[in-house]
Amino acid sequence: MSTNLVFVDADEMVLQALYLKTGGQPVKAVQEGLGMLGEEFGEDLAVGGVGATGSGRQLIGVVVGADVVKNEITAHAVAALQRYPGVRTIIEIGGQDSKIILIRDGVVVDFAMNTVCAAGTGSFLDRQAARLGVPIEDFGGLALRSQHPVRIAGRCAVFAESDMIHKQQMGHSVEDITRGLCQALVRNFLNNVAKGKEILPPVVFQGGVAANVGMKQAFEEALEVEVNVPTYFGVMGAIGAALLAKEELARNPRRSLFRGFGVSRTDFRTTSFECDGCSNHCEIIEIYLDAALAARWGGRCDRWERLERGRAAGTPAERTP
Amino acid sequence: MKVTFPHMGTLWIAAKAILEDLGLEVVIPPRPTRETMTLGVRHAPEFACLPLKVNVGNYIEAFERGAEAIVMAGGVGPCRFGYYAQVEREILDDLGFPYRMIVLEPPKGHLSDLINEIKDFTGQRSLMRIYRAVRLGLEKLTALDAVERRAGYVRAEEADKGATSHAVQKAMALIDRAALVGDIRAARGRGLELLEEVPRRPDQRPLRVGLVGEVYMLLEPSVNLDIERQLGEMGVAVERHVYLNDWVRSHLALDFLRMDHEREMRRAAEPYLRHWVGGHGLETIGNAVLYARRGFDGAIQVAPLTCMPEIVARSLLPVVSQDVDLPVLTLFLDEHSGEAGVRTRLEAFVDLLTRRRERKRPGDNERVQSGETRLEVIGDQR
Repeated sequence: MSTNLVFVDADEMVLQALYLKTGGQPVKAVQEGLGMLGEEFGEDLAVGGVGATGSGRQLIGVVVGADVVKNEITAHAVAALQRYPGVRTIIEIGGQDSKIILIRDGVVVDFAMNTVCAAGTGSFLDRQAARLGVPIEDFGGLALRSQHPVRIAGRCAVFAESDMIHKQQMGHSVEDITRGLCQALVRNFLNNVAKGKEILPPVVFQGGVAANVGMKQAFEEALEVEVNVPTYFGVMGAIGAALLAKEELARNPRRSLFRGFGVSRTDFRTTSFECDGCSNHCEIIEIYLDAALAARWGGRCDRWERLERGRAAGTPAERTP
Repeated sequence: MKVTFPHMGTLWIAAKAILEDLGLEVVIPPRPTRETMTLGVRHAPEFACLPLKVNVGNYIEAFERGAEAIVMAGGVGPCRFGYYAQVEREILDDLGFPYRMIVLEPPKGHLSDLINEIKDFTGQRSLMRIYRAVRLGLEKLTALDAVERRAGYVRAEEADKGATSHAVQKAMALIDRAALVGDIRAARGRGLELLEEVPRRPDQRPLRVGLVGEVYMLLEPSVNLDIERQLGEMGVAVERHVYLNDWVRSHLALDFLRMDHEREMRRAAEPYLRHWVGGHGLETIGNAVLYARRGFDGAIQVAPLTCMPEIVARSLLPVVSQDVDLPVLTLFLDEHSGEAGVRTRLEAFVDLLTRRRERKRPGDNERVQSGETRLEVIGDQR
């Protein structure tokens, strides 16, 4: 959904944060972002280290030369802990997934991600805002003006939508519907993602959806505690990755693997092919950097793991039987 | 008569030994792949659990390789598995596969029922022959389990990614080839040696994670996204709460052989669950407690979506986890499970365990306490 870049100085202060639409092309988005950062800060600026996180972390890690490639749960927790050292609950709702992370004494003790349902994520809210004819930026503000929120079925994204249409046709105001929708999505989150988890304050709400003041208010009403939204709520994962890179290089001092801002002009190409070693038919993906093979993955076995191994020279995976 | 059976981990090595020793021709079921899953999903009920779907896929693939009969375990109790042999037979009938289905029901105290069933389809082999074949099979199971158990620890420390899995493959091949009890024991010894020969990274203190949950999902790597290997290659030592032997012996009512552990497990589960809920639900609870007592860093529950016994266990695990201070991650998997999502959860869980252990180290208590006092100064610092 989005590609976020942050530039953090040695004191862990955010100097620049970019929130870019991925548009299905993660490498291009990262190259674009790096180009912008390079232009702003000068390409010869010394970069101490780079971290990559999110669903494209493996790919982007190769592209930029990341020192740390970490899952987004850890990254989000690290970023929240830096801003709010006492945080005990993190609610993170992004473009396509939502998660809850429980922290006790500064350590992640439990977490959960949405599994089957995308209700309440950014994409869903975007769609509904469009349907109501409300710019997404105004969505939360509208909800705050509502006096009589309507009750909208929130168990399933599709049913929430049809219920919302029904409420529109009954003549409810846009304000009341938006607030009702926020409440439904919060219920959905608490029942599906946070099911059975002990939510203790302080609560931090981050991810793109935290921009929505209506959602923040709905969480506060449902949880009956104050919900904190960090300044850089939309790029917390990226901040976490940066902090993790700093931590890693402090523990194991070495030169950063960062390929430099010139990456924005490098030619990256990915190709894929279907492995014929067994009937798993794994999709093997190859990443070429200026015509040289930089990485390869996607197999269930290690047939393609070694880069030197040519496609033709690969031996069929050992099979049992 | 050419016989086949469902594929479950390395069970095929032992099952093949028994059936061949009884003079039957065996069609080893192909290891489940996406193709198997596709076949199974197409022909099995949508709400059935993943093991049934994989079984059905297995049978269709084995039929194409010439199998004429299926040996399948039956079962009793609340888990739907007990009914699977019957459902599978109906599905195969409907699809027009002229299979003979041989169901080995757990004998409920009458070992003679089981023996008669075996005699029936092996053409009245003598009791001696059956005993010999079963003994051979159990010996193979013991060898397979020993190698797998050890591999769970060795993999966490391997210097070259994949080296342990290769050693395991070699060991399994040795065990498969061994024909006599003595040979099997030698193969087991050699297999364990192969594992010890795997180059290790020095100074490792791997995290230890116990895998609990439903037996098929735990034993068959192709349906659990090779979780043992994934964890091992992240540097985590893994132990499962069931190995082949445990399952086979309890199924053949031979679990008096592991009475001690059984009793201990039940006692450990008692504060939370005092009833057998079918499948391995009770074991999941009991063994999670036992892993905590043995100082494991965490446990992962793996089960197929819609698995009733594991749903019961799942609802109890949060309390267990808190009581015995053991982080637990639950993964319910089916044919829709995204590998990336599972991978993210595993990585995050391992991070959680690593940081938790760092925090628990002696002399670190000071930091823990200051964490509490910081609660008052909450607020955006910018």
